[in-house]
Amino acid sequence: MIPEIGQFALILALLLALTQGVLPIVGAARAIPTWIRVARPAAQGQLVFVAIAFGCLAWSFVANDFSVLNVATNSNSQLPAQYRFAATWGSHEGSLLLWVLMLNVWTVAVTVFSRHLPEEMVARVLGVMGLVSVGFLLFMLLTSNPFERLFPAAPDGRDLNPLLQDPGMVIHPPMLYMGYVGFSVAFAFAIAALLGGRLDATWARWSRPWTTLAWCFLTLGIMLGSWWAYYELGWGGWWFWDPVENASFMPWLFGTALIHSLAVTEKRGSFKSWTVLLAICAFSLSLLGTFLVRSGVLTSVHAFATDPKRGIFILAFLTVAICGSLTLFAWRAPRVGLGGKFDLVSRESMLLANNVLLAVAAGSVLLGTLYPLFLDALNLGKISVGPPYFDAVFVPLMTPAVFLMGIGPLARWKEASLPELAVRLKWALGVSLITALLLPFVMGRWTPLVAFGLLLAAWIIATSAVALKYRLSRHDGNLWARLGAQPRSYYGMLLAHCGVAVFIIGVTLVKGYETERDVRMAVGDSVMAGGYAFRFDGVQEVTGPNYRGARGAIDVSRDGRHIEVLHPEKRVYNVQQMPMTEAAIDTGIFGDLYVSLGESVSGGAWSVRVYHKPFVTWIWGGCIIMALGGLLALCDRRYRVPARRSEAIVAGGGKKRAGVSGAAAG
Amino acid sequence: MVIIAAGLGVLALASALVLNAFRSNLVFFFSPSQVMANQAPQGKAFRIGGLVETGSVKRADDGLTVRFRVTDTAHTIAVVYTGILPDLFKEGKGVVAQGRLGADGVFAATEVLAKHDENYMPPDAAHAIEQAQKAQQSVIIK
Repeated sequence: MIPEIGQFALILALLLALTQGVLPIVGAARAIPTWIRVARPAAQGQLVFVAIAFGCLAWSFVANDFSVLNVATNSNSQLPAQYRFAATWGSHEGSLLLWVLMLNVWTVAVTVFSRHLPEEMVARVLGVMGLVSVGFLLFMLLTSNPFERLFPAAPDGRDLNPLLQDPGMVIHPPMLYMGYVGFSVAFAFAIAALLGGRLDATWARWSRPWTTLAWCFLTLGIMLGSWWAYYELGWGGWWFWDPVENASFMPWLFGTALIHSLAVTEKRGSFKSWTVLLAICAFSLSLLGTFLVRSGVLTSVHAFATDPKRGIFILAFLTVAICGSLTLFAWRAPRVGLGGKFDLVSRESMLLANNVLLAVAAGSVLLGTLYPLFLDALNLGKISVGPPYFDAVFVPLMTPAVFLMGIGPLARWKEASLPELAVRLKWALGVSLITALLLPFVMGRWTPLVAFGLLLAAWIIATSAVALKYRLSRHDGNLWARLGAQPRSYYGMLLAHCGVAVFIIGVTLVKGYETERDVRMAVGDSVMAGGYAFRFDGVQEVTGPNYRGARGAIDVSRDGRHIEVLHPEKRVYNVQQMPMTEAAIDTGIFGDLYVSLGESVSGGAWSVRVYHKPFVTWIWGGCIIMALGGLLALCDRRYRVPARRSEAIVAGGGKKRAGVSGAAAG
Repeated sequence: MVIIAAGLGVLALASALVLNAFRSNLVFFFSPSQVMANQAPQGKAFRIGGLVETGSVKRADDGLTVRFRVTDTAHTIAVVYTGILPDLFKEGKGVVAQGRLGADGVFAATEVLAKHDENYMPPDAAHAIEQAQKAQQSVIIK
């Protein structure tokens, strides 16, 4: 019964989505106020029904209803309750439902925090989001019904993929999807602006907080995925340039470009068309990413589903969404105009250069991800594009971007002077060069790669400090008053940039100083890694709730001083009989000790991975700092009390609204 | 105008960089039959795939060097690998290995991939087997 209620709720949600997608857009074009007013209630109603559907599916999982195919294939009665709940989005169908739920949450957030926006604009934005929702609901109902029954019911389920039975994997997909789906708001704002022919600074101010928030979620989502891969896959890598990772990284690159481009559009009114194009690209790649991962065209740990019907629907939906929005862009963009002029040396030009670099980087990832698929589809041979390609492309592309990241915040809008910048930045350059030359010696060994990475990181931090100093010197009063006079978005930017620096430090030091030893260890054997001694004390049998396995004991000491005992495990999950490696990690600010069991070789000996990973946590720490920077920027006052000013510009003929105190950014 | 020219210049440079890196880092896939037919490059890294031949896995005394044979049911190729094998590496199951072909005809793998799902066959490996079986069938028909 419960699954049928869910199914029915989905159908009702589809009908509401159709209403939300059609009436408000037509109403806005033909100026029919009643149709325009449909947008909000339709969106809110749709959320109610999608939430009911999601609740029904979650209930089926938690209550072990194995007459539902999805539950029978992805859960098991022995699975702990929290993972049964998380299994709701562990499958292809369930994750689509989560996607739609997120989309509806964002849509309703727009209905709540858009009281001060003109009604036609809101109607168009909600309409576009409704159409996106139609696409996904149709896809679910036609090809991937999460509530499909299994008759006769299975006695027990086939279990959730053991790789997904992990707290990191429980929150990674919702975070990632919040990011993906969040770009739909930026996309909807862009399409609404194209439809309405209005694209100005106020438009940029409206869409900025949404874009930033989506970007924060995506950053955290990617970071969680990377962290999960590090501790769960058992061989200590943190980024593999796997197509699935690339699928989330491409929207991130475009989203990053979009945030910066929106800043220019808001402050200077420039880059309008470019901003719109970026918004379309960011969301198109989010769609592409969702479908690449979910359609089974890829061949990796994440791709479980395979069904040609799905592939065709996906291609059709992508074509409609991407071609439709690009056609609209080609048709309406000339009307939008280019905006203010600027000099070759100006903050605008630097942001533009960064934007181009980010877009090229995203394009190169796209090439490396899709080209093998195309070749394969056309039967031209099978190839793979591995990490060396991406490394070779990314470092040269991101180096000038990082360099500009330091100069940009110091350059004037419209027209900057190079000599002035040089004077301001000479100390920053000096400090970074000295850091790059000396710090690697302190760390133990000087290599060009480490020096180069530290140069980039120090450059970001030093230039941020210089930028803050100059910024403060323009205000009066004591230091605290001057610090308080800066808007939060400014601190947000500095913080996010420093996050990039922390990330670069992490990557550089791990690559430069890590020790990886794959060794055969008999009981009592010791091996050295990164100055630590690891002694293998044998393995014992363990039994978990839904697995059995071997648990190793590895004694770690440094200079004869005992530090701790690490317990890596090798598990075999009962239902799927799938072996799994559980690494044992001692996490520290200055480095991780990482031990994982390979396999039992002979006479009680095991092959063991013993790694020392200096500063590896800085990689994820940097991502968290970036996201915090984004959140800090979101708290900026101008997003919370923008109403009065924007209303004066925007309202025009529209009636003044009371109660404009609502937060615009949430 | 200057900005557009500069922008295009940067773009051209970046594209050249990307395409060059792309061309020199492609890794091609060959089935054991293709390797036997000398279609695979000498001295350049490539990938092979197929099934791990049952009974072929032999471990050296150091516990880390493994020798096994990869088959596409028509031809087999000997592989040597030093390191820890992935969890799902098993005799009779699909495998993909990346490495170079040595002068002795043994494929020295630098990386061995077996995917995470007990039923799951790496598509490259499945492809190799399918091709080999097709080839055999066409021989029989002739």
